[in-house]
Amino acid sequence: MTTRESDREPQGDASDSSWTMWARRWVLKHLPPEKLLPDGQPSYVASWIYVFGMGAIASLIYVVASGLVLSLNGPAWYHVSSLGRFVNSSHLWSVELFFMTMVVHLWGKYWMAAWRGGRVLTWITGVISFAVSIVAAFTGYLLQTNFDSQWIAFQAKDALNAVGIGAWFNVANLGQVFMWHIVLLPLAVAAIVALHVLLVRMHGVVPPLEVAASDAQLRADSPAGTDTTIGGGAR
Amino acid sequence: MFSTVLLPLSEIGGGIYLGWGRFLIQFGNLIVIVVMLALFALALVLPFPGTKRPK
Ligand code: HEM
Repeated sequence: MTTRESDREPQGDASDSSWTMWARRWVLKHLPPEKLLPDGQPSYVASWIYVFGMGAIASLIYVVASGLVLSLNGPAWYHVSSLGRFVNSSHLWSVELFFMTMVVHLWGKYWMAAWRGGRVLTWITGVISFAVSIVAAFTGYLLQTNFDSQWIAFQAKDALNAVGIGAWFNVANLGQVFMWHIVLLPLAVAAIVALHVLLVRMHGVVPPLEVAASDAQLRADSPAGTDTTIGGGAR
Repeated sequence: MFSTVLLPLSEIGGGIYLGWGRFLIQFGNLIVIVVMLALFALALVLPFPGTKRPK
């Protein structure tokens, strides 16, 4: 008995309307491989100011790695042994570096108005990652379990109660704060940063203000009429 | 064991504060802000390695 041809052929209509095909088309249209992993960047990207986003990512990688070491060994190790205290301190200093590089990055993007040309979501995911990172750092300070953290928790509880979330986000509940700090908030920061970087790849790096209206590299990327450059290209 | 956990009282102080008139800032915070401003300024003026600047 032979199998009929039609049994083996993929169903033409079904594959067109399936969610996998829809997703494939969407990804290939918005994030083709040459955009996701480009072989070069426009000449104006050759400036130190473009390095700070990557600096923030590098710091974040160290923050997460040292945080993993801390959580696997526990407070009885990192509050007492000299190696534990060293790793604990390097975790704090990498956070300092993370915030400093992030803020310089933010200043840079602000002064080059990097939200131009349909890049609003890139800017907004940046704002959200800043906000979520601050909450993550806050829960980290609460985990010190010293006079500092006691003081911070004591001050913060009034603010959190005042906005009505104190019952769910309870700074006096150390176990809960621990889970926020080592699971939920790191996952949130990682997810929003991943989205942020994918958006940068999707849109390409924004051209400097002076050349915005004439830049061919940007024009090629955006379909006609979608370029919301300030001045509408009249500059 | 506790001696390694508990800091001496002198180390628990609030840090150094600098003030000019109504303006007050903790020394550590000032350093962080100055470092960020310096990084920003340097990033704009220092040449990026491996590129020739058009004249
Ligand atoms: C978790 C912190 C952050 C990380 C890891 C991060 C990472 C990056 C990276 C790697 C890039 C591309 C390279 C570059 O231009 O530096 C970028 C671009 C960008 N970032 Fe961030 N960023 C962060 C926070 C922020 C914040 C707080 C803002 C502003 C509110 C922001 C706004 C932007 C914008 C608008 C671009 C696009 C620039 C363009 O298209 O030319 N980012 N980010």
